[in-house]
Amino acid sequence: MDYKVLGLVAGIEIHQQLDTKEKLFCHCPTTLRETAEHSGEFSRYLRATVSEMGLIDRAAKEEMKHDRMFRYYTYDTTCLVENDEEPPAPINDEALGVCLTIGKMFSMTPVPQVHTMRKLVIDGSNTSGFQRTALIAFNGVLPDSGQIETICLEEEAAQRVKDEVFSLDRLGIPLVEITTSPCMHTPEDVQNMAEYIGMVLRSTGKVKRGLGTIRQDVNISIAEGARVEIKGVQELDLIAEVVRREVQRQQNLLAIRDELKKRGANGDGTAGVDVTGLFKETKSTILKKAKKIHAIVLKGFAGLVGREIQPERRLGSEMSDYAKKCGVGGIFHTDELPGYGVTAEEVARLQTYVHASEQDCVILVAGANEKQTVCAIRQVIMRAKLAHSDKPVPEETRKMLESGSTAYMRPLPGADRMYPETDVLPVLIDNTRWDAVAIPELLTTKAERFVAAYGIEKNYALQLASSEKLPLFERAVQEGIKPKLAAFTILSTTTELRRDGVDISRVPDQVYLDMWHAVESGKAAREAVPEIFRSIAEGNSFAEALGRLAPAVSREDLEKIVRKIIAERKDFVAQKGRAALGPLMGVVMAEVRGSIDGRVVSEILKKEIDAATTMR
Amino acid sequence: MYITGRDGMAVVKLDSGYNIGVPPESCSLMNRPVPVPSEQHEVLQDKNLPTLAIVSTGGTIASRIDYRTGSVTSQFNASDILTAIPELAEIANYHTIPLATILSENMTPAIWQDLARAIYTAIKNGAKGVIVTHGTDTMAYSAAVISFMIDTPVPIVFVGSQRSADRPSSDNAMNAVCAAAAATGDLGEVVVVMHATTNDDTCAIHRGTRVRKMHSSRRDAFRSLGVTPVGEVEYPSRKVTLKEDAVRRGTRTLALHDKLDPHCALVQFYPGMTPDLLKAYEGYHGLVIAGTGLGHTSTILIPPLKHLIEKGTLVIMTTQCMNGRVCDRVYDTGRDLLDAGVIEGGDMLPEVALTKLMWVLANERDKLKAAALMQDDLKGENMRRSAHGL
Repeated sequence: MDYKVLGLVAGIEIHQQLDTKEKLFCHCPTTLRETAEHSGEFSRYLRATVSEMGLIDRAAKEEMKHDRMFRYYTYDTTCLVENDEEPPAPINDEALGVCLTIGKMFSMTPVPQVHTMRKLVIDGSNTSGFQRTALIAFNGVLPDSGQIETICLEEEAAQRVKDEVFSLDRLGIPLVEITTSPCMHTPEDVQNMAEYIGMVLRSTGKVKRGLGTIRQDVNISIAEGARVEIKGVQELDLIAEVVRREVQRQQNLLAIRDELKKRGANGDGTAGVDVTGLFKETKSTILKKAKKIHAIVLKGFAGLVGREIQPERRLGSEMSDYAKKCGVGGIFHTDELPGYGVTAEEVARLQTYVHASEQDCVILVAGANEKQTVCAIRQVIMRAKLAHSDKPVPEETRKMLESGSTAYMRPLPGADRMYPETDVLPVLIDNTRWDAVAIPELLTTKAERFVAAYGIEKNYALQLASSEKLPLFERAVQEGIKPKLAAFTILSTTTELRRDGVDISRVPDQVYLDMWHAVESGKAAREAVPEIFRSIAEGNSFAEALGRLAPAVSREDLEKIVRKIIAERKDFVAQKGRAALGPLMGVVMAEVRGSIDGRVVSEILKKEIDAATTMR
Repeated sequence: MYITGRDGMAVVKLDSGYNIGVPPESCSLMNRPVPVPSEQHEVLQDKNLPTLAIVSTGGTIASRIDYRTGSVTSQFNASDILTAIPELAEIANYHTIPLATILSENMTPAIWQDLARAIYTAIKNGAKGVIVTHGTDTMAYSAAVISFMIDTPVPIVFVGSQRSADRPSSDNAMNAVCAAAAATGDLGEVVVVMHATTNDDTCAIHRGTRVRKMHSSRRDAFRSLGVTPVGEVEYPSRKVTLKEDAVRRGTRTLALHDKLDPHCALVQFYPGMTPDLLKAYEGYHGLVIAGTGLGHTSTILIPPLKHLIEKGTLVIMTTQCMNGRVCDRVYDTGRDLLDAGVIEGGDMLPEVALTKLMWVLANERDKLKAAALMQDDLKGENMRRSAHGL
């Protein structure tokens, strides 16, 4: 597919959690919890408020279509700020610092005075009903003449546990949002750019790692299509596929529009017809359960509502998503009937009742009450009108489904969702502060340096640079540990142990360092490292593990042993000189029962032989 | 778009909705947009529903903040409120009385008098209940003083919000809806209706003379002290449940006693407080002391207190414990305070005692009778029994 010809334009928004000590607007730790550990819960309603310009945001209006009570889990690591029961603390300066560092890495211009805003979000994921966010810097430079428009510092939303239940541990963790310009033109461009930005972010050493700590939103449009924002792509590998599928969806919606125009189709109905009576005796459990069933005839839509627009998604799925906003479970359409327990006779009766011909598609909406059903039918009509309009691809926010296809979430939010957070004072970013921001070494540059300085193989070096254990590696090297030993343990030993089912995460960094020092000083053999880690992962202390698996023979002890052995074989040593090394190695190793690295034994033996022979 | 100036910077709104501050010299005027008045549509009220009066003192029940000037909008009519909180239209029809737009810390005895008169007139004109929107900081003082100033046959409900109305999570709407439900209910006294817990499920109905703001920011900051609330309102069902001792609608006959004596003060005793501080109160007609424990000050404060009393100041002792009753007959210090002429304030909350003192001294010239009135229970403020613990 030639994406350039299709006029593909894409941009990305990357949301990355920061690994700061405290949250963005309170002094709680940024630790994630198990929901089973929650210490309390409370419940709230949210309502849309007007913006400072006196308008209600269209996305917020959509969320208001039905009243929902939200429940929130609290923890001993959350406070009244997360509960929306206390005004926010000043913006976390550590997080602001990381954000400025990232801005400087992309050669951005900082905002002279940072103003915290409230971004209206009333889906329950923020107890306050808004997400606090501040624009920190703009105009960044990316490779291949790409551009970053802005970098913002935001608070992370609460995690949805299920339905309307949210967990407050995640709410308020600092998040940087990086928005690129629509500067990408192929699915692969998008994926590569996301990878590059992720690498730069990790270079700061101040970002959280692991699934869910970085999320990508993708903005996509093709010529004649419309801008669509796809939220929450967590796996990098899926980005290109998401873009491909969205292009496919927009192309198919355009094709359906052309077909509808050709047929002279019209979905201009204004209200549904009550058909509840037709399904009194139905075998369909959904229809049987419904209190009100309404139908609407879409003239000339037959076959198109059921047409696939991307894998597992049809025009009918789009209509269903719109209808669900009113609280109904979904819709039925005659392109997929008979089926779902609805018989051919029932379909025929329905078509006759609503005067539908073979060219028409009839949509059924089943709701718990009249209000819900009327609302859902209106949504279906709205979506059907869009399908044969001049803009058959609606501008909207969509969420990614597991496979890479997407479902409708809400209209694209406008600027009306932003208003000032009056409880947080503005922060000045003057030249002194900006000049003092140090740029960390890029991970790719670091890897090159590891190759050059430590002779580590290139692939290994790259792995090491992007490893979570990078700070440990750098500290080890600083403490005089041989780089190759540290690299081997971090990349190879731990991977093998993990494959064996050992919970290597239970081994603290300090143990790695103690271990390496023990090896370097000859207190433990290199070969004993995996067994010692295994023992620690099973709950033993480092001292216990070392004592059991590498009996303590100190350097001093070893020197004593070596001297004793040399003294006992004085003549042999005198006669053979350095050549005595080989035979004596065996004697010493037998004495220390293999608990000391051979190289250390050899080194000390060599030194002591030299000493013994020169003394003569 | 230029919004305002802040700390020497020009605050500018970008197309994305974000505000940033930039040096003013980097901005140039392109055009001056004509301010578009926000959409106003008349909301129809159901005349078959009972009529409630809403007296606004600057509370945030339906206020809008103008972010450009930072001021709270002065427009205040029934349509504004019903547009902001549509559920209210199902409960009553409303007659609105904009009395003041102040932050409640700027409340004064003179405004209390205006408030009492406005409420009285509304009831006289047929209101089946009155809602007073009020900032939460001093709402308990106002509820207490109005309790003394008006004998009311209908509910007078004070309501406010702890979390500002400009946030989707604000408690303003639920509090207002519960207040309206209480105001149409079977009550006949002055109450405060606010969140009972942090949940959006129940509002407590507190007696105006027993209520206190006990938290600086939480929704459920208001608590009844020494008693349980007189009732509650469920949300969203709006079901009102009243306790047996809640004063019922029609029990009292409407009367206004709008005189107040503002020459009264409240002082909290603390260890090391010096006698000369009390000199500042010379010439005051009344002084409430929030003493320690059972109602004590240090011994060295007794002579200056005696001096104040001899000069004509009525001195009432209350306890800074908030919970429990004063008893100055247990320890020597207490007995010495009584000998000096200090009047025990029973289990009155210190700030309630202050508003009562202002009201009593304006209505009773005789010091002995005034002291006796202070020890009486007029509106549930000074209970004869300590039925409720902490």
